[in-house]
Amino acid sequence: MAILVISEHDNAALKPSTLNTVKAASEIGGEIDLLIVGSGCSAVADSAAKVAGIRKVLVADNAAYDHEIAENVAALVIELAPGYSHLLAPATTNGKNFMPRVAALLDVGQISDIIKVESPDTFVRPIYAGNAIATVQSLDDTKVITVRTTAFDAVAEEGGSATVESLSQVKDLGLSRLISEDMAVSDRPELTAARVVISGGRGMASKENFELLEKVADKLGAAIGASRAAVDAGFVPNDMQVGQTGKIVAPELYIAVGISGAIQHLAGMKDSKVIVAINKDEDAPIFQVADYGLVADLFEAVPELEKSL
Amino acid sequence: MKVLVAVKRVIDYNVKVRVKADQSDVDLANVKMALNPFCEIAVEEAVRLKEQGVATEVVVVSVGSKACQEQLRTALALGADRALQVEAADGPDSLSVARILAKVAEAEKPDLILLGKQAIDSDNNQTGQMLAALLDRPQATFASEVKVEGGELLVTREVDGGLQTLKLTLPAIVTTDLRLNEPRYASLPNIMKAKKKPLDVKTAEELGVTVASQVKLLKVEPPADRKAGIRVSSIEELVDKLRNEAKVIA
Repeated sequence: MAILVISEHDNAALKPSTLNTVKAASEIGGEIDLLIVGSGCSAVADSAAKVAGIRKVLVADNAAYDHEIAENVAALVIELAPGYSHLLAPATTNGKNFMPRVAALLDVGQISDIIKVESPDTFVRPIYAGNAIATVQSLDDTKVITVRTTAFDAVAEEGGSATVESLSQVKDLGLSRLISEDMAVSDRPELTAARVVISGGRGMASKENFELLEKVADKLGAAIGASRAAVDAGFVPNDMQVGQTGKIVAPELYIAVGISGAIQHLAGMKDSKVIVAINKDEDAPIFQVADYGLVADLFEAVPELEKSL
Repeated sequence: MKVLVAVKRVIDYNVKVRVKADQSDVDLANVKMALNPFCEIAVEEAVRLKEQGVATEVVVVSVGSKACQEQLRTALALGADRALQVEAADGPDSLSVARILAKVAEAEKPDLILLGKQAIDSDNNQTGQMLAALLDRPQATFASEVKVEGGELLVTREVDGGLQTLKLTLPAIVTTDLRLNEPRYASLPNIMKAKKKPLDVKTAEELGVTVASQVKLLKVEPPADRKAGIRVSSIEELVDKLRNEAKVIA
């Protein structure tokens, strides 16, 4: 039994989500190979070969895989699939994009967003915005799985000595191509990997007020998140949204400021170790999940918090 | 061009679900059901394409028991031209739905197929991608903008870290994200008119698809409860607790 983990990277280094996915693979058991698909991604291979517990690193470096176009990546993965019992990818927007395509081409089901491995064919995953936890068994020969990265620890980045193999296959279906990209630039830690997250909601009232959170974030080394209400109001870009349909985070400390705590938001953060809520409405549902709740006006409380850190 | 929109009947997003005592599934008896929010966005986008003169016909399809006709009527009231219900037991898996939709697409020959990015019950986020694979067509998931330009499709996608714009050859499959549009409400006259619009019923067997899930649901449990938190009365007390009790800040 061998497992193929399709890595997430930025053409220079592996992203932390890959290390969490390798951990999930190691819990299934069996030899683990890592696939790196991209364009100009050869530098990733060296760091990937050092990841603990990897047998082989497969590198598919070609312009056809630039920005991991789903049609081309899926075509490549299904060609490699016969050698593996399990195919795993992190449940990032990228993994969610190509993995179901892989599953359908292999004529198997997919198990999305697993949070626990029970056995090589049985997995646990949240449904209904995390309000129910399902245990599911896959009867397919090849298990196609995406992994909720916040539910698994990262494996060590060092200590392994995998062999690196270049793949010569080029799959270019020519069905779609990238026109442009507009990436938000930030020096803060990545939202899904941050140890501390501070999020703002509708209560922040304006875009400018998010600066209050930035000041606290700078002192704590935290990432900044937001509720859907804050994104829809145009306070912050949508890649900051935490929730069922945004990012799923599970930091050590999550500070929710001016967020009421709708089911859809809680689905993205309720596995945080410690949750703090600052809200002026003492009946806000966020207080039901908060370890520490403070009923106060955020415009007074947040600057005070910043000063006391 | 012709647009096909797939819609799903799901539990209303405001309802807090309860797990059945025997752990077999969540309890959906006497619970308010609705059109999946992402499907609503897909219908809205199709109707807007029609209003712009880009789309000529909007067909909505749903796979499920007779009850999902209610959601198809809602889509018709929002502006879809006709509907198709593919009769199947409730809760078929994504691959079965994708196979059924692929058969529908082969018969209808749409130029564009719109789906929501995920259903809020199973939270799978699979069907659109699977359908694209089965039809061997391009896909654009998590769309926040859709434009038809010179026989090709320009789609802006919400990805981790920002936005990405793809150009796809038609026919193509697009799944909608929250910010694609704000769905309209159905007006009473339109709800009345929707009752007269055509709604066909087919079975999965007629389409030559067997609905059989290879993913077996073993049990469903409620999530672990968080232990009750405490209210603090000041920032000073909060910082003290975080430092000395929870030890999450230095």
